[in-house]
Amino acid sequence: MGLFILRRLGIMILTALCLTFVVFWLTNLYPNLEKLAKSEGNQRMADTEVVSWLAERGYAQPLYVKYGEWLGIAPGFTFTNEEGKTTGRCIAPGQAAEDAPSYCGILQGDWGRSTALDDEVSSIIATKLGLTGYLMMWVLIVMVPSSLIIGVLAGMREGSRTDRSLSTLSIITTATPEYVSGVLLITFFASGVGWKIFKGSATKAMDEPSLENFTLPVITISLYGMGYIARMTRASMTEVMTAQYIRTARLKGLGFRTIVMKHALRNALIAPFTVIMLQIPWLLNGVVIVETLFNYKGFGWALVQAAGNNDIELLLGVSVVSVVVVLLTQLISDIGYVFLNPRIRIS
Amino acid sequence: METLSWGGIITRIFLQLSPVWIALIATFWISISNKRKLGLYGKLFDSTVGMIGFGIVMFWVFAALFSNVFGWLMPNDPQFFEVSMKHALPGEALPDGSGHYLLGGDKQARDVFSRMIYGSGIVIMIAPLATLMAFMVGITLGLPAGYFGGKLDTVLSFLANLILAFPVILLFYLLVTKEIVATGLPQYMAAVLFMFPLVFLTVLLNSRFYTDPGKRNPILIAVWVIGGWIYLSFISQHGGDSAIRILPAALDAFNPDPNILVVFVSVVFVNSPTVFRIVRGLTLDIKSRDYVAAGQTRGEGPWYIMLWEILPNVRGPLIVDFCLRIGYATILLGTLGFFGLGLETNSPDWGTTINLGRGLLRAYAHPVIIPAFALLSLVLGLNLLADGLREEAMKD
Repeated sequence: MGLFILRRLGIMILTALCLTFVVFWLTNLYPNLEKLAKSEGNQRMADTEVVSWLAERGYAQPLYVKYGEWLGIAPGFTFTNEEGKTTGRCIAPGQAAEDAPSYCGILQGDWGRSTALDDEVSSIIATKLGLTGYLMMWVLIVMVPSSLIIGVLAGMREGSRTDRSLSTLSIITTATPEYVSGVLLITFFASGVGWKIFKGSATKAMDEPSLENFTLPVITISLYGMGYIARMTRASMTEVMTAQYIRTARLKGLGFRTIVMKHALRNALIAPFTVIMLQIPWLLNGVVIVETLFNYKGFGWALVQAAGNNDIELLLGVSVVSVVVVLLTQLISDIGYVFLNPRIRIS
Repeated sequence: METLSWGGIITRIFLQLSPVWIALIATFWISISNKRKLGLYGKLFDSTVGMIGFGIVMFWVFAALFSNVFGWLMPNDPQFFEVSMKHALPGEALPDGSGHYLLGGDKQARDVFSRMIYGSGIVIMIAPLATLMAFMVGITLGLPAGYFGGKLDTVLSFLANLILAFPVILLFYLLVTKEIVATGLPQYMAAVLFMFPLVFLTVLLNSRFYTDPGKRNPILIAVWVIGGWIYLSFISQHGGDSAIRILPAALDAFNPDPNILVVFVSVVFVNSPTVFRIVRGLTLDIKSRDYVAAGQTRGEGPWYIMLWEILPNVRGPLIVDFCLRIGYATILLGTLGFFGLGLETNSPDWGTTINLGRGLLRAYAHPVIIPAFALLSLVLGLNLLADGLREEAMKD
């Protein structure tokens, strides 16, 4: 088990390295750097000015050197201008060049500085993750129990009317991406066309979340994942309900309720556990869409801002976090599976 | 002319779409009367869910075909605007009395109904083609990875997981920008990805006719000449700053719009790893069957076994997944449009239209809701179709 986790962590680091390198490469392509120079410096820069702007800030170095600097295995870039003033990657504004450390990458705990939001990447990510974590918590609280209930109700009597109507409902929710359901929910529950029960914007929910401004974003994200988990639960439940031991229990004369609650449920919930864990990375997509649509300035919103402004270091931070989320949930689902189903051994 | 009532609007829309109804009735009538001769497709008409799904999907296929190719179904041109019709409500008449905006006007005073119908064209063109391409890539790489295993499998699986670990939207934001198009990266990616159908066909036919060079050589030459020409036409472009321009302009049959090309390439890129994983898993399962061992003892080559023994036996799950994946590609196209990536802002496709109108959503809902429902119905149709196919395939 220990070796298994260690190996998975190794793969995780390798994946994160490869991924950040790809992000690094794409954001450091020349047209992107030119866009960055023009948005940070001045829109009407001449081509030679762009070149010198980039050179003064260390963007003109070879890709590997820049990536090494970001990682913290290469010394940070420094530049001395004609007046003898030294600026550089590791030198904070107002700090003397001699006092600054020569290495400042993520190995030293320095995630860099966001050019678009003008703040430390680590503090941006920490606050934004907090906001998104709160949203995700409510999404899971709403989504998981309701989808499990729908799945179990549909699966315990296969082919019944309950089954058919609940299955249709789950197909409809899986066919409704967040940007469609969000738009429909806003129209029907937050505008003059329908009932004005909720707010169509969640900006206020960042400080004081309430039922009024937080319901629609949570429902929008939950709906899309709900159908999928419900269908998986239903499939697993129908399979369990046809198993030999359920027939034995029925022949013993146990009541239907006891069979479902005591015998079937425990085995039927193994498969959905994996699905729920693997659904979490998918929720990340929903989060980006919903945060954009409802103007909730969390992690997804930061991703959009970073990508739209070619904010290299914020983008790298965002990708590291998302990779860790994706791979960590995979790891948890694998380990959890072993605990839930003792027949499976990892080796 | 007067503003139409809701009954009037529905009647008008119904009449406006009459070519689609006729085509649908004809399709169903022909298919149902021959359903025992049509294999899996015919069996679809035994399942109500499958028929409903197929009906919805074909509705959009016909709507896309008739509006984009023949210019039917649309009361107004999708880019036509009449200033006084800005944010017009459904059923409002044009001031010159030439007709109505059946489902109202949008922010730029264009006809929402015509744009919704015309916008289906982009989705119906890109989503299935991109999915097909993703399947070509996934099958060509997934079969050997599952069959041979070993280092090849480790490397390919790692790459697939790498792409899957990327949040889709981050990938889109990195790939589908003007700056990236300017570097020519999408064209290079297209050059690699579009190679796969050619490789697939070559290996497929070569393994089949390997023992009969008299047949094999002309077939392969024909595939290479025609396929190679289509391939080169696709990847080489003659715009201002095109990265690849191998083919002389006179021979270049078509020049895909660079915006559409980059959207297409990124949808293929995002979908291929999942298809790869499915094909690899299915191959691992089938590999241990007796008929594969029998083929090996007969001395059949590995590629023959993969493409002519294993692949036909995994077609059931692959066809079902194909339908679901077209739906997913449709959602991805909508996502791109929603973030204003790739396609031009006046493009009539559904995602872009939703993005255009969502700023004023709470005041004027109809320009957003109509394309939202259109997208929902197409994806729903594809999911129902997949469900029907799965049900019927399981009965075998």
